[in-house]
Amino acid sequence: MGILGLFKREPSRHTVLAAGQVVPDTARCVQCGICTFNCPVGIDVRAHAWRGEAVKHSTCLTCGECVSRCPRGVLRFERTDLFRKGEE
Amino acid sequence: MRYVVIGTGVAGMSAVEAIRSMDGENEIVMAGDDPHGYYSRPGLAYYLSGELHDKALYPRTDADYNRLNFHFVKAQVKSIHKESHTLEFDDRNPLSYDRLLLAVGAQAMPLKVPGATLDGVLKLDHLEDARRILKAAHRGRAAVVIGGGITALELVEGLLAHGMKVRYLLRGDRYWSNVLDTQESRIVEARLQEESVTLHHHAEITEVLGKSGHVHAVRLPDGQILKCDLLAYAIGIQPRLELAKGAGLALDRGILVNEYLQTSVDDIYAAGDVAQVYDPMTGRSVMDSLWHPARQQGYVAGLNMAGKRTVYSKAAPLNVTRLAGLTTTIIGTVGGGRDDDLVGIARGDSETWRELPDAAIAQSGFEVNRVRVMVGENTLTGAVIMGDQKLSLPLEKMILGKVDISPIRERLLAPGSRIGDVITEFWTSRNSKN
Repeated sequence: MGILGLFKREPSRHTVLAAGQVVPDTARCVQCGICTFNCPVGIDVRAHAWRGEAVKHSTCLTCGECVSRCPRGVLRFERTDLFRKGEE
Repeated sequence: MRYVVIGTGVAGMSAVEAIRSMDGENEIVMAGDDPHGYYSRPGLAYYLSGELHDKALYPRTDADYNRLNFHFVKAQVKSIHKESHTLEFDDRNPLSYDRLLLAVGAQAMPLKVPGATLDGVLKLDHLEDARRILKAAHRGRAAVVIGGGITALELVEGLLAHGMKVRYLLRGDRYWSNVLDTQESRIVEARLQEESVTLHHHAEITEVLGKSGHVHAVRLPDGQILKCDLLAYAIGIQPRLELAKGAGLALDRGILVNEYLQTSVDDIYAAGDVAQVYDPMTGRSVMDSLWHPARQQGYVAGLNMAGKRTVYSKAAPLNVTRLAGLTTTIIGTVGGGRDDDLVGIARGDSETWRELPDAAIAQSGFEVNRVRVMVGENTLTGAVIMGDQKLSLPLEKMILGKVDISPIRERLLAPGSRIGDVITEFWTSRNSKN
């Protein structure tokens, strides 16, 4: 991927950063802790997954580390309702 | 009033949470012989592969435990005296109980060939087993893995991650043949070979050969000898039934429980890998060996122990695992015996379903993609999703939610059907309506 490709990726990344939150699917989670282990700001993502709660943490960067490292596809980004209307 | 939970796995932990949610007063004791208490057993695979530090395997902090307000007794229960409601231990005073939960789980089937007790013959049940494997795994040395299913591959991957040369012996002609179809097995095997694993089909070991008490080689039925420094096996699990047997509980393959998770004996419940649970929907008693059902069973057992009558209703089984580095979701009924009410369809790849909206994206970026869907009369009853996981969540919701698929049934079963496209279109339009 050249530099053009990088630019192409930016808009979708921006969307996630601005209006996304990490949401777990508890039925898939085995509490291995890879998400918590890799969170750069120290959020206990695993505890959210146990409780089935979205990561609504003021320090969450929505960087995607937990989403991409989870070996079981427990975590995904979901757009928050707050921004949905303005975007669509 | 005292509740006792035997077992420190997820079923036990979940039961403690349920009891505490109903009863803030009475004493709860958790007893178990695993010195490490509650940790993520499935996470051991990632500890082996080096993706996790062992300290990260513990989901709970001391503060969490204080909040739940229970005692942990690190000891092996020797026997249950049901008449006197008492537990006997090896090296401590007996403990009385009013309500008891057996959540002792399952353990690896032992390897029964000559030489199986030599040093360097290893299994993967507990954290201590994982530590033993890591200690024995040396770069450049030879390992043999036998067995099937997820654990065998976790062993293969873990040993590869530590630079071992791995031979994987399969008894039959392909990997995990009662769950995966032929093509799926071949995908996994091809990826293992790419990772330099040597596969041996129709192979089993008849003897483990040692030198000074340590494994040195294995012998195959045709007399062939494969040298190795380590032998790891995962040939299945068996529920830990000794306590239940001693107490005279009704048993079949596991401890038989009704839909309230009660055993045949008053005040004794069972949940998790050790329990064989009655399913009112099918009238059958079935065993699961999955994390999430164990958690749910533990919770329902806990509620019932604390006096809240609650029925356990079994959902379609779901598991997500990595097979040779390929994320694979298995939902519902996908393999095993033939079911004449089902038509299995399987196709290779498609385009549009990789463009599902952000909300449905679980994972992406794999080179191999395959989706197999089991189509029932009006619903989907199972699916295997390998690689790209974008269809995984929609299929999970459709199968677990028993969504009526009659509008797309014919299209799904049409020759040359693009399953992914059909499902994506159906799911997207259904959600935009709701």
